Amino acid sequence: MEIFIQQLINGITLGSIYGLIAIGYTMVFGIIGMVNFSHGDVFMVSAFIALIFFLVLTTWLGIASVALALFLVMIIAMVLTGLLSWTIERVAYRPLRGSFRLAPLISAIGMSIVLSNFIQVAQGPRNKPTPPMVRDVIVLMDSNGYAVTLSYKQIIIMATTAVLLAVFWYVVQKTPLGRAQRACEQDRKMAALLGVNVDRTISLTFVMGAALAAVAGTMYLMYYGVVNFSDGFVPGVKAFTAAVLGGIGSLPGAVLGGLLIGLIETFWSGYFSIDYKDVAAFSILAIVLIFMPQGILGRPEVEKV
Amino acid sequence: MTTERWDTDPVLTVEHVTMRFGGLVAVNDLSFKAGRGDITALIGPNGAGKTTVFNCITGFYKPTMGLLDLAHRDGKRFMLERMPDFKISGKAKVARTFQNIRLFSGMTLLENLLVAQHNALMLASGMTIGGILGIGGYKAKEKEAMERAKYWLDKIRLTARADDPAGDLPYGAQRRLEIARAMCTGPELLCLDEPAAGLNPRESAELNELLLGIRESEKTSLLLIEHDMSVVMEISDHVVVLEYGIKISDGTPAFVQNDPRVIAAYLGVDDEEVETVEKQLDVLTGEAG
Amino acid sequence: MTAPVSAKPREGADYGKAGKDAILAGIIAFGIFGPLVGLKTEQNMSNELIVVNDMVSALIIVAIVMAGRFLLSAFVFPYMSQRGKKPTAANALGTEKPDRSKLYARLGLVLIFFYPIIVVSLVGFQGSLKWVDNFGIQILIYVMLGWGLNIVVGLAGLLDLGYVAFYAVGAYSYALLAINFDLSFWVLLPVAGLLAAFWGVILGFPVLRLRGDYLAIVTLAFGEIIRLVLINFRELTNGSAGISSIPKVTLFGIPFDASPDGFAKMFDLPLSSAYYKIFLYYLILLLALLTAYVTIRLRRMPIGRAWEALREDEVACRSLGINTTNTKLTAFAIGAMFAGFAGSFFAARQGFVSPESFVFMESAVIVAIVVLGGMGSMIGVAVAAAAMIGGTELLRELTFLKAVFGPEFNPDQYRMLLFGLAMVGIMIWRPRGFVSSREPTAYLFERKSVSGSLVKEGHG
Repeated sequence: MEIFIQQLINGITLGSIYGLIAIGYTMVFGIIGMVNFSHGDVFMVSAFIALIFFLVLTTWLGIASVALALFLVMIIAMVLTGLLSWTIERVAYRPLRGSFRLAPLISAIGMSIVLSNFIQVAQGPRNKPTPPMVRDVIVLMDSNGYAVTLSYKQIIIMATTAVLLAVFWYVVQKTPLGRAQRACEQDRKMAALLGVNVDRTISLTFVMGAALAAVAGTMYLMYYGVVNFSDGFVPGVKAFTAAVLGGIGSLPGAVLGGLLIGLIETFWSGYFSIDYKDVAAFSILAIVLIFMPQGILGRPEVEKV
Repeated sequence: MTTERWDTDPVLTVEHVTMRFGGLVAVNDLSFKAGRGDITALIGPNGAGKTTVFNCITGFYKPTMGLLDLAHRDGKRFMLERMPDFKISGKAKVARTFQNIRLFSGMTLLENLLVAQHNALMLASGMTIGGILGIGGYKAKEKEAMERAKYWLDKIRLTARADDPAGDLPYGAQRRLEIARAMCTGPELLCLDEPAAGLNPRESAELNELLLGIRESEKTSLLLIEHDMSVVMEISDHVVVLEYGIKISDGTPAFVQNDPRVIAAYLGVDDEEVETVEKQLDVLTGEAG
Repeated sequence: MTAPVSAKPREGADYGKAGKDAILAGIIAFGIFGPLVGLKTEQNMSNELIVVNDMVSALIIVAIVMAGRFLLSAFVFPYMSQRGKKPTAANALGTEKPDRSKLYARLGLVLIFFYPIIVVSLVGFQGSLKWVDNFGIQILIYVMLGWGLNIVVGLAGLLDLGYVAFYAVGAYSYALLAINFDLSFWVLLPVAGLLAAFWGVILGFPVLRLRGDYLAIVTLAFGEIIRLVLINFRELTNGSAGISSIPKVTLFGIPFDASPDGFAKMFDLPLSSAYYKIFLYYLILLLALLTAYVTIRLRRMPIGRAWEALREDEVACRSLGINTTNTKLTAFAIGAMFAGFAGSFFAARQGFVSPESFVFMESAVIVAIVVLGGMGSMIGVAVAAAAMIGGTELLRELTFLKAVFGPEFNPDQYRMLLFGLAMVGIMIWRPRGFVSSREPTAYLFERKSVSGSLVKEGHG
């Protein structure tokens, strides 16, 4: 029982991070029907940006309050990662819009290689351990020496995720930008004819996805306290799995999928074997795509003849 | 009532076919027969479920309920609702064309027609292994297939463009090529989904000629969906009318043309008028029954 | 950064606008490279992470970006839009004149055939090692893998991002069977191919009804699963440590070693590992040519035409009685078989296999080669393999750059970075790859290439 609750807490924390990344996949897929392969690496870069600015703020500028530093770092990471994603869309994807179907995917894979290797060259191949940022934990239960803990880090992650999702939900549902996005999702040509600036809407979609990935990146850095240039691929694939599991194109689906993937992963590690936890994630991806490609909250696709 | 060919010697018997998509009933309890050697037209307003019927016949959809029985000239019978699509075309010999043309646009006309003869050629090539090693009669069979392709290219008057990619053809020629490709499978029943759509009057007349020629020389039965009434009335022997997935009329072109229900469905009438028409019909059918 | 070129009637460069573009690009570049390059995280003596200021490098990059952007805005875009207005005659028509690619292919083949002899005569036996092994063999392995994957991606139009899994199956099959059962390479080559084909069918079967990017992602997942199993199934595969001392290939029983009945002693030649390398070169050349030959023959068979028809339109295929399941499975199996051959060759050449060699990046590289080469085109794939693999290998040789950038500069680490940039660049420059036209498989009067713009690329 204690293990169960502990894994539940860990799973929701991890799932929040996956959910934040998954939104980027699901929005881009929804609007231009493309698997943004480099999104996982954008997330990794955002963790590096967070790391760099955390160090700059705390050691160079001497900001003593970790909470303030983290908040500033998150904002900076969101802005810069958004800028990065905007540039990537502009340089590597926009020229290929309306081109052959494989071209954007190959370009995205190329971009993913570029990002991870760029970080490897610029920041070095080693793991980057940060000083622990938030240490405090709350002991929820303690029986027979096994303490169920809820750390402040986990509370911060869950709360931040919840607040951001609420803001994000508002933007997509209630603002003109969200309306333009949904219009482009339905029919890009028609939206353009009705005066929606499609290019700008798509760019902003990339920026929004990247900003959420940057939040995930900051949280990831804070939670694990270490980041490496190759950390984009596996969380990226897992977040994509989450997006598909929840029903690609659906925002609540992405969050739900993220939580499920996080829970499955932690419970698998807790009860079965930690060695095969990635095998489990990839297997779920394959099983979901094969047997329920519409996901949990997605709409089924009828084959048109 | 006179007995028609579709009653005595049907190539296709559709019995109580219903197709549901979730809550939507696209085809509701449809029964009709298509006569051997006939040109049967399936008509009806947009959204009447015609293409759905086609997709059920050719196996792209599995009907929710009902039977689809196909009878070959030699007496072989096939229960189409139980067969996967590629077997319906390969074994039961039902060929089809598509509403939005589906050619292999990056392949040449000749290649398009060779692909249509895949199953025969595959057998001749000893499932590829014999063909690669150069044993078996693959070479001769391939030549035969080329001859057949040439025959159909002549028929659709596109021989000169045999080595051009199919995607380069003008629209009307693409329609003809799709029919030729379907015919290369040697079908017993050919289903054409709006073959005259987008054709100009001259092309449309040519199409009529082609279809009549197919019936004449190949003895293939035709089932077609068509909006162009000139085509329907001119070449078809039998017309089935659908509206909202329900059959509203079935008979010779002349009979259907004068059926008040068909007129109502096509011209649109006020609700009250429908009621009066229906009353009249009830009286009529009541008298008949 | 492809801001639309201003539609001014005036020809020539608009320097004001170009300058503005350059400044904007500079600001963006500073936002990205400023922190990521200019602020380097490093561990100090007491293992604490600190930030080291390296703004000079960042500013150099920003300057390069600005200059590049200025040149693009001022000269390249106006020039391209000028050229774009005059479509060439070849573009307007769907068919293209048969080019001289056949002649080039023959010339290339002759060159490849004599390559080791040329190298040896230029730099001697010891000097040839690097050029035959790192360039010749390495490139040919990727040519073979590219041609094998070309069957799946280029012909059948099924995007497989887990192709490296079959390469791994081939490599591990040879490694394990050769060590445990003491069988020779020549016996195990077909066995490895068959095992890989078998796995091709196993993994192919569940994914057949998927289309588009989903198929790509599931094959990626399968590829990763196989690699993770290789890492974790330690009893069989020795985990991440890999399997070493895998037997070498013999020339019909003659080993390449210093033993009395070794190749060198037998022919009374001085001992040198160059013989083995040259032998391996011809072996992989033979295997690659086998792949090419089989593919060319298959394309003219009904199955090959069915693959291409499948790529063009799957629904139409089904309406013509083609069993698309079997057709896709054969494509998967045959493509996997060639990867299996290449894998067993790889294991024999390296003498060592570990899961490290079969990461997703390898699959991505092979897919990139196929797509960059022009899907379905064998010559294009070979050229792409030579350019991408040879080009990145060449980077290792650029030691003179150390003189420019200082002794700790290691050109090798830029290999994959440049590879990725090349992938993006080539896609933007030629989305259909180097060779975009398609050769028809049969003709009545004359053979005309089909323009790439008409050829579909499949939905799977």
